Amino acid sequence: MITLENVHKSFGANKVLQGIDLTIARGQSMVIIGGSGTGKSVALKSILGLVTPDSGTISVDGQDVTKVERDAFLARFGMLFQGGALFDSLTVWQNVAFRLLSGSLKRPKPEAREIAIEKLRRVGLKPEVADLFPAELSGGMQKRVGLARAIAAEPEIIFFDEPTTGLDPIMSGVINELIREIVVEMGATAMTITHDMSSVRAIADQVAMLHDGVIQWSGPVAEMDNSGDPYLDQFIHGRAQGPIEAVR
Amino acid sequence: MSLLSPIALLGRNCIGLMAAIGRISIFFFQTLSHIVRPPFYLKEFGHALLTIGYFSLPVVGLTTFFTGGALALQIYAGGARFSAEAVVPSIVAIGMARELGPVLGGLMVAARVASSIAAEIGTMKVTEQIDALVTLSTHPMKYLTVPRVLAATLVMPVLIAVGDSIGILGGYIVGVTRLDFNSAVYLHNTINFLEPWDIISGLIKGAVFGFIVALMGCYYGMNSGRGAQGVGHATKSAVVAASIMILASNYLLTELFFSA
Repeated sequence: MITLENVHKSFGANKVLQGIDLTIARGQSMVIIGGSGTGKSVALKSILGLVTPDSGTISVDGQDVTKVERDAFLARFGMLFQGGALFDSLTVWQNVAFRLLSGSLKRPKPEAREIAIEKLRRVGLKPEVADLFPAELSGGMQKRVGLARAIAAEPEIIFFDEPTTGLDPIMSGVINELIREIVVEMGATAMTITHDMSSVRAIADQVAMLHDGVIQWSGPVAEMDNSGDPYLDQFIHGRAQGPIEAVR
Repeated sequence: MSLLSPIALLGRNCIGLMAAIGRISIFFFQTLSHIVRPPFYLKEFGHALLTIGYFSLPVVGLTTFFTGGALALQIYAGGARFSAEAVVPSIVAIGMARELGPVLGGLMVAARVASSIAAEIGTMKVTEQIDALVTLSTHPMKYLTVPRVLAATLVMPVLIAVGDSIGILGGYIVGVTRLDFNSAVYLHNTINFLEPWDIISGLIKGAVFGFIVALMGCYYGMNSGRGAQGVGHATKSAVVAASIMILASNYLLTELFFSA
């Protein structure tokens, strides 16, 4: 279970998170929605320790994330980055098997390559892709490779940062479907941040809306359309009029 | 307000400079502490040796070759004023080994390597590859900074040794073909007047300059701003900082090695 309690984070005068409270139950898929610049990525990166909160506590399975052994803690996570964040200098299979080529999860090279090819197959990519470099792939293929890397070490918790940004609607649908399948299949806890409503409906068990640095609304995805929350209604229907200012 | 604003500007710049020195010092000590602690990424280290050392050979070689030739012409012309043309071989050799080889080699490597390291790491930062490294349980300092800094420190003396030899060869070719020196006499004077410390001091300078070049490239890359402009600024700053630090440390090392 991931818990954020009263988490604050500012960058200079810009107060991004102003007291976030959020709980993600084990095995659940939580999607955080909200406009651009509302702090969704900051919240996600705070859990991983990529950003240090100014105050508040973040815990995973009851353990404060600032007091855990970093390597063992991070080994529980997989993450798909918005732009894929694939390492340009490594081939596709080396990217996917990165975690298996060094550190505590190290495997022999042929075995790591086999696992990488298996994961590539799982995300719908042929083994021939394994020896290409990321720059030789399309945006959709890069996202799939990023997804394969995120699941390569079979993590308990997977984070997805804007998984469909920059993709066409068909490829977005494919990625959403893959994420859903993989999360269910692995029984992983998932946290996704997005402002793509089709992703929300495809991926989420629970939805939380972040606005003005706090969780404005949270609940099951089935209740999202009848929440009665004016902020959430405006966001999911994409209206310019409403309590959320269009120009921020 | 108008009277005080230049003072305020000066104060801001001084504080900014002190803060930058502080940040670079912290980065320096962090790098040192990671150099001696595992894990070590040997493949990255090998790759850095190749890109920093082997691929810098042409630029260092050409720079020192032409500098050696020009130096021979200059010393000959200057020496002719007091009938001391015969000192050309020894001055070229000492000048190249002690000063011009390490400094010009260092500056050329700064331009080639500090810029490419800063641009590469800066791009990795803005495309979240450094965050990805962290989530994959890999420390960016160990994976990116340590192999580059270590490789540059170890390979620069080799580059400088090769550069010195090519520079002396440049002087020899000009001396023999343009200034009518006897080949055997030129070589004899070069070898006779060159002492081991002349060469060793230049190689030590090379190691220090290599460390500076890679450290500045990594520091500015890791602290790159967002977007193309941020990476461009980081690249420029890395080259400028590395060049200034090479020249400043060259003076300090020369004082240390050769002051009476």
